[in-house]
Amino acid sequence: MWDYVKLIALGVIAVAAAIAANYARDLAFMVNAIEVMLVSAIAFLVVLRGVGDPKVVNRGEYNDGIIRWGVFLTAFWGVVGFLVGVVIAAQLAWPWLNFEALQGIGNFGRLRPLHTSAVIFAFGGTALITTAFYVVQRTSAARLWGGNALPNFVFWGWQTVILLAATSYVLGGSQGKEYAEPAWHIDILITVVWVGFLAVYAGTIMNRKEPHIYVANWFYLSFIITIAMLHLINNMAIPVSIVGSSSVQVTSGVQDAMIQWWYGHNAVGFFLTAGFLGMMYYFVPKQAERPVYSYKLSIIHFWALIFLYIWAGPHHLHYTALPEWASTLGMVMSVILWMPSWGGMINGLMTLSGAWDKLRTDPVIRMMVVSIGFYGMSTFEGPMMSIKAVNSLSHYTDWTIGHVHSGALGWNGMITFGALYFLTPRLWNRAGLYSLKLVSWHFWLATIGIVLYASSMWVSGIMEGLMWREVDANGFLVNAFADTVGAKYPMNVVRALGGVMYLSGGLIMAYNLWMTVKAQPAKDAVNANDFVPAE
Amino acid sequence: MEIYTFLRHMADSWGMLAMLLGFLGICLWALRPGSRPLHDEAANSIFRNDAAPAEASQPDCKEA
Repeated sequence: MWDYVKLIALGVIAVAAAIAANYARDLAFMVNAIEVMLVSAIAFLVVLRGVGDPKVVNRGEYNDGIIRWGVFLTAFWGVVGFLVGVVIAAQLAWPWLNFEALQGIGNFGRLRPLHTSAVIFAFGGTALITTAFYVVQRTSAARLWGGNALPNFVFWGWQTVILLAATSYVLGGSQGKEYAEPAWHIDILITVVWVGFLAVYAGTIMNRKEPHIYVANWFYLSFIITIAMLHLINNMAIPVSIVGSSSVQVTSGVQDAMIQWWYGHNAVGFFLTAGFLGMMYYFVPKQAERPVYSYKLSIIHFWALIFLYIWAGPHHLHYTALPEWASTLGMVMSVILWMPSWGGMINGLMTLSGAWDKLRTDPVIRMMVVSIGFYGMSTFEGPMMSIKAVNSLSHYTDWTIGHVHSGALGWNGMITFGALYFLTPRLWNRAGLYSLKLVSWHFWLATIGIVLYASSMWVSGIMEGLMWREVDANGFLVNAFADTVGAKYPMNVVRALGGVMYLSGGLIMAYNLWMTVKAQPAKDAVNANDFVPAE
Repeated sequence: MEIYTFLRHMADSWGMLAMLLGFLGICLWALRPGSRPLHDEAANSIFRNDAAPAEASQPDCKEA
């Protein structure tokens, strides 16, 4: 019965998408419509092949099939996102790489949102959905809620969002809001997928067999709920045509700017911080084989983060049309936010107390520890940069880009790599990783890459800020904007080099994970829990 | 009174006070005496149920 409903729905969507492609007002929308048509046709075939089969959900096993796909695609999107990043870093250093033949598709302006969304929403988003599904099952001792269909819909729906957004960006289908570029029709799909994500997650927690909801789940759940709220409010837009990418925002002026940066900063706070803290609170204790340092501190960390982060957005709009009180509020809240962030860092690092020797022998735990170190560093740098006096120097310069990358490459990237190295042998039942030596290579390439990236951007950013504000005795500006662009050349080259090192590390990881699955012997069927997998 | 002025007033005074007290209450609750065994138990819960859900014997169900 359900199969027929699904088949009819998918058929209708495919036909509607074909009609939309025919009447499309712009290329980005037409390509998106064709993609929706193809995706629903593939889903139609998958459902059709399963019609009449008994749909058995084995509650005695975890739903790990979708998580294996997630590990594979997280590594894939990571490499893609880093590669686009290296390309645009090279374009900044050598502008002739904006080839004339690729104008409008492959120039910096089109590739930059492709890079940011590929690393945040494709790499980070897939990592978050994958690890959330893994962690919630283990900590709840229950199989994912929603049968097999709903988790599959959430996961593949998110991959469809990535595909639509990526093709839309390069063809010019952006709504011009940083980190919220997807056009209105993609926003609707994101909303539907996200509601499904919340249902699967909350449903699994409600089915839990453990009395307590482990703290990692609190972070994941706050990430899911807050992102839903941010997404809905920041994307209040009215489409110009139902067959075109363009839309008009409901709010305008300073209200729209404030909503955008309330969204933008909380995307950092809840997507890149709360969600990844969920990863930290599960994978670091598991890899260290010790419980978290202080469970009480983790509760206080959680609530302090929740109460404070939501106020920090206005620090993106210092010295603009935003009222002074709002700007000051954002600054003060950002500075206070330093404390819970460091509370969380201490909790993560001290989980290793009594097991520091593992740093010498286990490169995966080394990766996680460096990740927490970068979390601490960027959550100190951020509050400092939100202070108005500092911001007047740092804003609009490369310092901001350096700050974002020490957070994204150092904290989000490294904790995700650690989680992938943890998950792969377990999900494919392998005795261990293919090569720990390659993990060490990845670790050092990534760490040195980040250091090159961040330090070159500090130098470049502070230089830019100082050059822009330099005035002569008569009060005239000393430097033209192009002077700062010229002066940044060496730093741009070093940044690109750091990116190449980080990308090489990512490729080594992809190879290592692939070989773990392909070449490592399977572990004995009877494991430490004396559990024989039911087949 | 304008709705904006009213909301600003609420946010500045009672709203902020309520959130601050709520947060302090949560901290005290987390630190309450006697909670240590519960927290130790929760912190160690990640080392169970690695391979299969609890009560693995429950019957398979048909998907809705």
